[in-house]
Amino acid sequence: MTNTSTIDGNAATPRASFIAGSVIVSTVVLLAILSFFWTPHDPTAFDVAARFSPPSFTHWMGANHLGRDVFSMIMVGARVSIAVALVAVGIGVGIGAPLGLVAASRGGIIDDAIMRGGDLIFAFPALIVAILITAIFGPGAINAIIAIGIFNIPVFARLTRGSALPLWNRNYVLAARTAGKNRAQISLEHILPNIMHLLVVQATVQFSLGILAEAGLSYVGLGAQPPTPSWGRMLAESQTMFSFAPWLVLFPGLVIFLFVFSMNLLGDGLRRRLDPRSEGVS
Amino acid sequence: MTPTLQIKDLSLKIGARVILDRINLSIHAGEIMGLVGRSGSGKSMTGLAAMRLAPENASIQGDIILEDENLATASEKHLCSIRGRDIAMVFQEPMTALNPLHSIGMQIAETILIHSDTSKATALRQAGNLLTRVGLPPETISPARLPHELSGGQRQRVVIAIAIAMKPKILIADEPTTSLDVTTQTEILALLKDLAHQDNMGLLLITHDLAIISEMADQIALMKDGRIVEQATPQMFFNGVASSDVKELLVQPVTRTMRARPSKDDTKPVLKASNIVCAYPLPRASLFAPKRHLRAVDGVSLTIRKNENVGLVGESGCGKSTFARTLLGLAVLSDGNIEIDGAAFPSPNAATTHNLRRKIQIVFQDPYSSFNPRQTIRKVIAEPLNLLDARPDKKTERRMVTDALSAVDLSPDDAEKYPHAFSGGQRQRIAIARALITEPEVIILDEATSALDTASRNRVLELLMRLSEEKGVSYLFITHDLSVVRSVTDRLLVMKTGRIVEEGATHDIFEAPKHPYTQKLLNAAPVMKQFEPASP
Repeated sequence: MTNTSTIDGNAATPRASFIAGSVIVSTVVLLAILSFFWTPHDPTAFDVAARFSPPSFTHWMGANHLGRDVFSMIMVGARVSIAVALVAVGIGVGIGAPLGLVAASRGGIIDDAIMRGGDLIFAFPALIVAILITAIFGPGAINAIIAIGIFNIPVFARLTRGSALPLWNRNYVLAARTAGKNRAQISLEHILPNIMHLLVVQATVQFSLGILAEAGLSYVGLGAQPPTPSWGRMLAESQTMFSFAPWLVLFPGLVIFLFVFSMNLLGDGLRRRLDPRSEGVS
Repeated sequence: MTPTLQIKDLSLKIGARVILDRINLSIHAGEIMGLVGRSGSGKSMTGLAAMRLAPENASIQGDIILEDENLATASEKHLCSIRGRDIAMVFQEPMTALNPLHSIGMQIAETILIHSDTSKATALRQAGNLLTRVGLPPETISPARLPHELSGGQRQRVVIAIAIAMKPKILIADEPTTSLDVTTQTEILALLKDLAHQDNMGLLLITHDLAIISEMADQIALMKDGRIVEQATPQMFFNGVASSDVKELLVQPVTRTMRARPSKDDTKPVLKASNIVCAYPLPRASLFAPKRHLRAVDGVSLTIRKNENVGLVGESGCGKSTFARTLLGLAVLSDGNIEIDGAAFPSPNAATTHNLRRKIQIVFQDPYSSFNPRQTIRKVIAEPLNLLDARPDKKTERRMVTDALSAVDLSPDDAEKYPHAFSGGQRQRIAIARALITEPEVIILDEATSALDTASRNRVLELLMRLSEEKGVSYLFITHDLSVVRSVTDRLLVMKTGRIVEEGATHDIFEAPKHPYTQKLLNAAPVMKQFEPASP
C-alpha cells in the first residue's frame, strides 16, 4: 500500500492575510493622498440642512451634528493619523536603532547607560505621559508626534541591541575584525542588513500602535485641533449621539479598527517574507 | 525474522525537488545499520523522515513500518505517542538538544512521565538509573545539574539517556559524535554499541566517517543523491563489491609523506608568540573572596617560520581557539607578546596594527556562519582589502577578486552569487580566497576542514598545499583531527588545558609520542578496521 501525505500546514492563509492587509492599508493611504485634491464635500464646511443625515448617495457615511460630511472627514483624518504615526515611527527608528547598534557594539558602561535610559522611559505609562506632554506644551499634531515618538525610541533601541548582540559572535564579524573594520563599519555593513527585517516588522507594529495612540490623544482633545478632522475626535464628539445617529460612531471606529488590523496583517506577512530563514532570500 | 523497522519505497519531495528517492531499508532488533554518504546525500533526511519529522513543506510517499504499524499514515497525535517511546533519536549537537533551564534528571524523567503513568518520584529514580547506565552515576554527576554544567560528551550521554529512557525499539543516531573529541567519541560509540546489543534495540547510525562505520555497523547502506546505491555487510562493503561510489567515499585523507624541507632554523620567523596568557575573570566565590581567573591559555609559545606548516592539536575546550583569536588580536592578551614579521602586534600605534593585520588571516571552522548572508561573494572576498594602505580602484579590485577565486578553483562568475548558493567545501574555499587576498604571511586554519566530508576535505587540503608552494604562505593548523595534521604539517604542538605538553617534528610525534596525553590522543583516533578479503 502506498500512501501520499502532505504535512503542508496552512500555507495559503498567511499569504492571503498579507494580501488583504496590504490592500486595505494601501486603500486608506490612497484615500488620504486623494484628500489633498478631492473630497466628496468640503470636510470643514457646515451644512445645517444635512445635520444628522444618515448614509446616503450624497453623504456616503452620513453627516454629523454640524452637517459635516463624515466620509470627507475620515479621508482628511487619515492624513493626520498616518502622518503622526509615520513621523513618530521615524523618530523611533532614527534615534532608537543607532542607539541600539552603539549599545551592542560598545558594551560596558555605554551599553548600560543607553539601556537603563530606555528602561526609564519604559517605566512611565506611555499614554499618560503623552497626555502630560501635550497638556504642558499645548495640544496639537506636532506635540502628539513628539510624545508618541519618544516612546518608540527605547522599543527600537532594545530590539536592535538584542538582535545585534548574537551577531557580534558570528564568524563573519570576526572575519571583518581581522580585516581591520571598526565597530561602526561592522555595525553598518554586517549587523544592520541582517536585522533590517526585524526593524521593518517592528515598524509596522509601532505604526499601528501610533495610529491608536493618536486616536486616543485626539479623543481626549490633545491631538490635532479643530477644524482639522481627526478619527479620535470624531469618536469623542459623536459618542453622546450614538442612540439616534449610530453611524457617526460606527464609521470612524470601524476605520480605526480595520486600519490597525490590516497593518498587523501586513506586518505579519512581511515578517514571513523577510525572515532570512524562509526560502528565497538573497 | 521480520525486521523491526522497515522503510519501503520512501520518497520525499520538497516542492518539485526530490530529496529522497525510493529508499528501502530494514533494521532488525539488535542490529546496527550504518548509513553513510557525503554531506547533502540525504542521510539526515532519511533519519528525520523515518520519525516523520521531515520539514513541514515536505511531502512523503511510501511506507515506514515499525513492527506492524505504518508510520507514514499515522496521525500526528499518534506519532507523538510513538516518538520517544518506540523510536527515538540522538542528534549531532548536544548543546542545543537539551533545555538549558531544566536539570538533566528532570529532562529524562519528563520523557518517562509523558509515556507512562508512573509518579514523578519513580520517574526521577528511573532517571538516576538511566544516568548510571550511560556512565554518569549520581554519586559523581548529580542529576540536579543543569546542561551548561556538563561537558559536550557528558551532554551527549544525557541525550542518549533520554533517547533510551523508554527502551525504544529503534534508535536513530545522526552523527552522534561528530562534534565531540576523539577520546570522547570512542566512549560514546562503545556506549551506543553496548546499548543496542543489551537492549536488543535496532540502531540506525548516520555518519560520514567510514572508520566509525567499519567499527560499529552490522550492515552498511551508502547514500548518494537521495538514493541508496549500495547495501552490504561491512566485509562485502570494504572488499570486493565496492562500486565506484564506494571507492569515491573510501578515499583516504591525503597521506602525503613528510614534505622534504630544508632545515629552516635560519629563516626568519614570520610569527613569534612568547608566553601568551589569556585569562578571563570568573565570578567571585563569595563576596570577599579574591577575584579568580580562568587561564584559558597559560604561557604558550609558538614560532612559525617562512613557508612552514605548524599544527596545534588538542581536545575542544583546551584553549586552542582562544589562542588563535589572541594571535589575531581579537581576544585580550593578558601577558606575553606577539611579533609578526619582527614587529610587535598589536602595536601601540593603531596604523601599524592595521598594517600588520594584513599579514595574518584566518579561516574558521563553520563554513555557514563565516559569511554575511546578505553580501555577494565579491564583497565577502574584497573585505580584507580594507587593510591595504590605499584601497584599490574598482577595476583592480575586480581583477584581485577574480584572481583569488581562480586561485581556489572557483569560477569568476561566482563573485556575484550569495553564500547560500555554495556547498560547505566551496564555502571553505571562498574563506581561503578571502584570507589570501591581502597576501598574508600566515593563515590560521581553525578546524577549517572539520565540517567537511573526506572528499571535500582532501580537495581543500590539496588546494592549501598548492597555495603554500605558490605563494609561500605559512599555515597554523588548529584541529583535533590527527589525520589532517599528520599529512600536511612539519611541526606539531599538543595542547592540554591551556598549556603545550609536547612539541616536535610531526613525524617524530606520530612515531614516538612522549607525553601520555599525546599517546591517548593518538590511540583514540578511529582507524579503519581491516577486513579479510571476502570469501568467494
